[in-house]
Parts: sequence; structure tokens; C-alpha cells
Amino acid sequence: MINASLKQLSAQLAGKKISSVELTQLYLDRIAALNPGLNAYITLNPDMSLAQARAADERIAQGRAQALTGIPVAQKDIFCAKGWRTTCGSKMLANFISPYDAHVIEQFNRAGAVNLGKTNMDEFAMGSSNETSYFGVVKNPWNRNAVPGGSSGGSAAAVAARLCAAATGTDTGGSIRQPAALCGISGLKPTYGVCSRYGMIAFASSLDQAGLMARSAEDLALLLNTMAGFDERDSTSLQREKEDYARDLSKPLNGLRIGLPKEFFAEGLSSDVAQAVEAAIAEYRKLGARVMDISLPNSRLSIPVYYVLAPAEASSNLSRFDGVRYGYRAPDYADLTDMYEKSRAQGFGEEVKRRIMIGTYVLSHGYYDAYYLKAQKIRRLIAQDFAAAFTQCDVIMGPTSPTTAFNLGEKGDDPVQMYLSDIYTIAVNLAGLPGMSISCGFGTNNMPVGLQIIGNYFAEARMLNAAHQYQLATDWHQKMPAEVNGK
Amino acid sequence: MPLTIDDVKKVARLARLAATEQEAQTAHAQLSGIFGLIAEMQAVDTAGIEPMSHAQEVTQRLREDRVTETNQRELFQSIAPQVEAGLYLVPKVIE
Repeated sequence: MINASLKQLSAQLAGKKISSVELTQLYLDRIAALNPGLNAYITLNPDMSLAQARAADERIAQGRAQALTGIPVAQKDIFCAKGWRTTCGSKMLANFISPYDAHVIEQFNRAGAVNLGKTNMDEFAMGSSNETSYFGVVKNPWNRNAVPGGSSGGSAAAVAARLCAAATGTDTGGSIRQPAALCGISGLKPTYGVCSRYGMIAFASSLDQAGLMARSAEDLALLLNTMAGFDERDSTSLQREKEDYARDLSKPLNGLRIGLPKEFFAEGLSSDVAQAVEAAIAEYRKLGARVMDISLPNSRLSIPVYYVLAPAEASSNLSRFDGVRYGYRAPDYADLTDMYEKSRAQGFGEEVKRRIMIGTYVLSHGYYDAYYLKAQKIRRLIAQDFAAAFTQCDVIMGPTSPTTAFNLGEKGDDPVQMYLSDIYTIAVNLAGLPGMSISCGFGTNNMPVGLQIIGNYFAEARMLNAAHQYQLATDWHQKMPAEVNGK
Repeated sequence: MPLTIDDVKKVARLARLAATEQEAQTAHAQLSGIFGLIAEMQAVDTAGIEPMSHAQEVTQRLREDRVTETNQRELFQSIAPQVEAGLYLVPKVIE
């Protein structure tokens, strides 16, 4: 049951082989047994989950089921869900019970999916290891000494450990793809604007995009069909025709042109990751794809550009946390300014404060042109590199992350080392393109390796097709951590 | 443009983040490393390049100016740090 695809689960629910209440309870039991060791969830609310499951069962009985009706989905704790504690991994929101639903949550609710719980994450989605969460680190189910990646580390660990059927995530600089790679699962960040940001706690608004984490590309397609859609409350939500993201899954890959950016296979890429990715490319050749070398000459600049733009936007977005209307307020203060300063100093963790300070600095008088404007100009150069590449190829492939999962505490006190681990994912956000990661093997330490697939704007169906055909020919996506197997 | 400790203290103040001397020192060391990384940008020739603020070249959508939300004051104030008689309480700002 825990390895069934969403399509199979849906058929079993429709055929009354299992009820949503039973399926939800099965996952809640697994969570009770395994989550204390993994810390993938911040908040569980079995009463609310089971109430949704009962409603789903009624809906199925009435013959009104949709593809995801009755399926238990874990929600990253960045999505506001009415009546659920929504913390964003921060002490600042440790007691925040959301009074409303994010659009993404509404989409899942309308489809009759079950909210199984809120998953752990780096504080305000700022991190690549899930070590900045106020609610403690998440352990990688493949090796509890290793990080699960971040910021959607709880969602990735929950999917890998079969503690949910699928999960949501968000990706500002790689926060879906990198943890998906490090936990050996499939993850998809759609084109910027495909999923609404309404009710998704803002980090860097021009880069933030909601997406999905699941066990296969086929599952991702089904989930995106539910999650995507126009929402007038997000001014950057795109008004587009509804599409079926699963429509191309079964197409053969004959003639698919795959571009390999030489910059993604250069110094800094560990050899075991390179080997697994090269083996995946060889598999694609067997499946009929044509492989060509391309160049993204400005991609190395994506990290400096990102660490100007994302903190700048974050410093503005996070100014709303002032201890007045909701969120943490310091217990003692002298006056209003003191209340702001103490509430924010005590409510935010170190990484969040660092990024607020970077952002405040680059936006401050006298530095705006040298940093913010300069970064926006290079952002265009980075986007132009992709535009040029997509005149030659249909999809771009390469590693998702330069290494497999590193150990907890390994990147310790040096934020720069941590930032460099997102070298292959950030450029995709700057350009606003869709990106995926699928599991393509294991490194020397037996930890999963992710293959990144980058598509042109709105090429999700094509990317999912490429991923699905690979998953039909290989079984990396079916591997599961030994300790969770069979439990 | 090396970052000074005074820059860090000024930025912390602008960002409304209380910082002790020790915290400012630590932040200074870490932010200096990050700005070292960011400095790579300065070598790039960006003459004539339009800044890119957004992934999609779309204009901001406008909506009709009408009431879309219902009043949920009690619900919203139920999660506030301090309220009284339907008002949010803050320290006195007017003498």
C-alpha cells in the first residue's frame, strides 16, 4: 500500500478496497512510529485529517470523487491552512493558527485530498539542510546522520520514508529539487506563476514558487493537475488555459534533444554524482534522446545574484513581523521601537536575521545601484543564457546538487559553504523556469543522487514525460530506505 | 567596499533587529564572507542591460476597487499578542 502510485491508490479508493479513513490512519500510524526519529512533521492533527478522510469517503460513495479524493498529502508548513498551526519553521509563528487557507490548500481541499500534517522546513524557507528550523533538524531517512536537504526537507523525508502519499514544497533557489535529490524522490518546481503564492508565506516573491514532492513523475503530474491554476489574489498568478500535465507521459523520447551545460559538469561536482548523472544520460540515449553540449556561461554568477535579490526581497517581506497583530512578541520592552527590535531579534533565527541584514544593506541608500540593480542586470544575462540554450535543445539535464547528502552540522558556521550547495538550482529560479529532480542512482556513501531536468517556460508536461519514460526504464525511484522498508 | 562593524550596527537598527556587541561582531564576520561572494558580480560588464525584476514579462493586473473581504476581527484578534476592546495594544507612542 505505501508503495502504490497515486493512480493505484485512487483506483483502490474508488473500488472500496480501502477507505480514505483507513489509508489516512495507516499513514498516521507510520508517522507515530517513525516521525520521532526523523522529525519530518512539525504539526499533526489527526482529528482534522480523519474528518477530511471521512468526508472524502462520503464523496467517493456518492460517486463524486476526483483523482486525489481521499489521498493523504503532507503540506509544507509554509502554506497557511485554516485552523492549522502554520509556523514556517520559525519561533516567530510558533503559535500562529492560520485564520485562512492558502490557494494551494484550497485546491487540494476542493479535490477532496486529506491534509495529513504540516512538514518541517528551514526557517522561512531559508536554508539548504533543514538545520535552521526552530523545531529541530530533520534526519535523512537514508542515513540519520545526514541532512535531508532544504528548505523542503520535512516534505522530502516524509515522502522518502513513506510517511505520506505525496507532499507539497516550495522552491525559491532549489528548495524542492535539492531535498528531492538528497532523499531519493521526485520533485517538481513549476514555471513561476503556475501555482498561486496566496497564503504561501513569502520569502523572495519574484522567485518563490510552490511545487510538489512525490515518488514518481506520474504522481507529480497528477498532483500538479490539482495544484496549478489561476488565482486573482496573487498578482503574479498566470492566467492560462487549464492543461493536463499527464497528457504526454506515455510519449516515446525519440528525438528529444537534451542539452548538457558544460558548467554543470565542471570543478566542484563530486565524481560519484557525476557518474550517476552520466549513467542516466546514457539511459536517455538508449531511450532515443539526442544529447548535445551547451553552455550557460553566466550560471556561476547565479549565487552572488541570488544572495542579493533574495535577501533584498526577504528583508521587505519579513518586515511585517513586528509583534503587533500576530506572531511572537518579546515579554519585556521599554517602548515601541524596543518592542519591534526585541520581538524580531528573539523571534527570528540566525540565518533569517543574516538575510534580513544583507537585504537591508543592499537596498540602503548609496548601495542600491552597486548591488540590487547590478544583480537584476545579471539576472537578465542568466535568463538569456537559458533562452539561447532552448533554441538548441528541448530540455537541459545535469546534477541537482554537487554532492549527495552531507552530514548534519558539516557546513556548520560558514553560510557561504552552505550557499554554494545550490549552485545548479538557483539559476532556474532567477529565470523563472520549471525544474525537476528525479533519483538516478547512489553515490559512494550509498546516498541518493538526483538528476535535474530543466525545461523551457511551461514545458512541465514535456519534462514529466522525460522523467516518466526514464522511470519506466529504471527502478531508482522505487528504492526505499532500509529502515522504513516494510514497516 | 569592505563592510564595517558600524555598517552592521546601522543595518541591524534599520531592520529593527536588536543586536548585542557580540552578535554584531559575529554578524560582521559572516556578512563579510557573504559580501566577498557577492563581490564577484562587480567584474561583469552589464552596460546596456535592462534590469530584470521578474521572471515573466507581464504587467501588473489591476482589480476593481470593491469590498472582497468580510470583517473577521474577532478571529484575527484571537491570535494577536495583546488586544483590548477590539484594539491591538502597543506601547504608548504619543505623550
